[in-house]
Amino acid sequence: MRNLKLIIRREYLARVRNKTFIIMTFLSPLILVGMFMLVGYLSMLNSSEQQIIGLYDETGIFSSDFKDGRQVQYLDFSSLSFEEALVKVREQEYYGLIYIPEKENGDVGQVQFFGLEPPGLGTVQSVEKTISDRLTKRELMKRGIDISEMEAAEVKVDVEIQNFSGQRTSKMSNYIKMIFGGIAGYLLMMFIIIYGNMVMRSVIEEKTNRIIEIIVSSVKPIHLMLGKVLGTSLAGLTQFSIWVILGAVLLWITSFTLGIDVLSTQKEQMEMMEQMAQSDLSLFLADVYNLPLLSLFVFFVIYFLGGYFLYSSIYAAIGAAVDSETDTQQFMFPVILPLMLGIYVGFFAVIENPHGTISTVFSMIPLTSPIVMLMRIPFGVPWYELLISLSLLLITNLGVIWLASKIYRVGILMYGKKATYKELFKWLKY
Amino acid sequence: MDNLLVAENIYKSFGNYTALNNVSINVPRASIFGLLGPNGAGKTTLLRIINQITMPDRGTIYLDNKPLQPNDIQYIGYLPEERGLYKSMRVGEQALYLAQLKGLSKAEAKQRLEYWFEKLEISGWWNKKIQELSKGMAQKVQFVITVLHKPKLLIFDEPFSGFDPVNARLIKREILQLKEEGATILFSTHRMESVEELCDYMALIHKSNKLLDGRVSDIKKEYKSNTFEVGMEAKNEPALLAELQQKFIVGNATFKSIHTDLKLRIQLQENESANHLLEFLINRAQINHFVEVIPSVNDIFIQTVTRDA
Repeated sequence: MRNLKLIIRREYLARVRNKTFIIMTFLSPLILVGMFMLVGYLSMLNSSEQQIIGLYDETGIFSSDFKDGRQVQYLDFSSLSFEEALVKVREQEYYGLIYIPEKENGDVGQVQFFGLEPPGLGTVQSVEKTISDRLTKRELMKRGIDISEMEAAEVKVDVEIQNFSGQRTSKMSNYIKMIFGGIAGYLLMMFIIIYGNMVMRSVIEEKTNRIIEIIVSSVKPIHLMLGKVLGTSLAGLTQFSIWVILGAVLLWITSFTLGIDVLSTQKEQMEMMEQMAQSDLSLFLADVYNLPLLSLFVFFVIYFLGGYFLYSSIYAAIGAAVDSETDTQQFMFPVILPLMLGIYVGFFAVIENPHGTISTVFSMIPLTSPIVMLMRIPFGVPWYELLISLSLLLITNLGVIWLASKIYRVGILMYGKKATYKELFKWLKY
Repeated sequence: MDNLLVAENIYKSFGNYTALNNVSINVPRASIFGLLGPNGAGKTTLLRIINQITMPDRGTIYLDNKPLQPNDIQYIGYLPEERGLYKSMRVGEQALYLAQLKGLSKAEAKQRLEYWFEKLEISGWWNKKIQELSKGMAQKVQFVITVLHKPKLLIFDEPFSGFDPVNARLIKREILQLKEEGATILFSTHRMESVEELCDYMALIHKSNKLLDGRVSDIKKEYKSNTFEVGMEAKNEPALLAELQQKFIVGNATFKSIHTDLKLRIQLQENESANHLLEFLINRAQINHFVEVIPSVNDIFIQTVTRDA
């Protein structure tokens, strides 16, 4: 036990003192925040850009329907000749010209849009809707239907969603659960890959440095392997905590410097929600608080550790089987595959049907269960399913760590040999 | 005899390959024991078994007449053939870590390290990283780490193969001093001259089998063939040669001499002694050179290995 502690301490310090670790720990939140700010800035630029569209309306019935908005401004050129209007739009580099011809019998002909580039889908849809609305109204009037009567007769239906115990939820509920579960699952996968690789590189380093034999003459190989996995996981948790703290601080600083902007957008959101009706907003907030946040956090940590130990002991065995990182390729694919599968199952099957057969099965299989189960937890998972899933994960962990330590024990003392799967299998029997 | 280490009927196989086949050795206390054999003979496997890095399939290792226990690693110092250190760790920190893994307390490890660093004149290197050191310097650090916990049994696997000549001499000196202080040293090598120079006892392993073992001087006695190198001047050399060839097995010998005389290698019968030959020669020639041919370890090694093949 004393040696295990010494090893964990050394491995932890070796990870944490590493220059790339320090740089990545402090740089990635900055990069992330920078990226968000850039995206925000660009979309602000995009939305502040106003499109000017010329309108050439031969019928003269649409000019009042094309209303200027935040992003678009309409200029009526109907008083000019069509050729003059076209030249003007081109010379002024306007976004385009809408041409509404009138047939001899007074009907509207084929509407056309002239522009340097094809217009955006949104623009086309809004133009089509504006014209179609006006024409529909005109057609209704022609047939003697009173429009105000019709509008008054319109009935709005709003389905209220409740579960069997009578608890009301908003329509956003599933969306929120999806986001929480998705983030947790994705984070877990990234952590497993990044820190599993770290364990593997550290094993390879000990092999290429030739220090391994000096160490295993003092400690048992399995202690070294466990110490490495544990020490590295502590380094991972350290990095994670720093990110959480840094993220909070940076968010505070950005919202402080961009204070007005944040407030205004919040105001807009509030207005939007108020439009969605007062009850929806409170339901939305209730949804977030109704999420099993505490159990999500607890199971996140449990599955985090379970999945991480499972994969990082496989990574350690791979590291022991090779002489350099370039030789790891042939073993990496089978490791990444179940992780990717977990993510895909999570994003397709779980979102479609969180308690369907596929979701349930994959949240039991230990190689995918940490990711898939985490995505399911916000939707509520029966305790016996959690119990089965966790027991399977624990048993598999014990088995895999045992097998990995056998490969590890033999592999670390093999130099200059590129191991094949067949050889790995043989090592299990030594 | 008082043996510190006994390996009894050790078997070890890896899959279909037998690495050690019923190998036994006895290492007497406070002696230097050389484990000889060509590359791939099984030396390193035996040393790893003694260090409990690998487990034998069958057989027992006794340390101090008791079966080897996991805790016994603190009595053993091991310098493996493939050796290195963490490149990005500082020398002092690394030495402390490895010493603590051997069971020393931090304070004690530090005190002993300071003593050794001073002795080997490397005190200034405490805060350097290994990657800043030359290979020779790193080797000194490795040696210090091996002996730091004052082990009863020191095991060196091919100790001289990686060392430069200056450090090799230093290590030899330290090995001899450690023996003086009561440590028992077991080392493996395929370089025979180091055995000749250092070892009291030896064992020869070839193709997973032990071919011979014992005190070096005893083995040499056993392998000597009652042969003598003789240099002499005679009036009638051809006649003398003919007469000798009739009585003994005679060959040519090459050795340095200030005389330009007859140089022969003469093998006697088993029941004949050196006096017998001298008696015969003394009346017939002027003897300038008379030496018994003692086989070198190298000769014994080659003779045994080829005989076995």
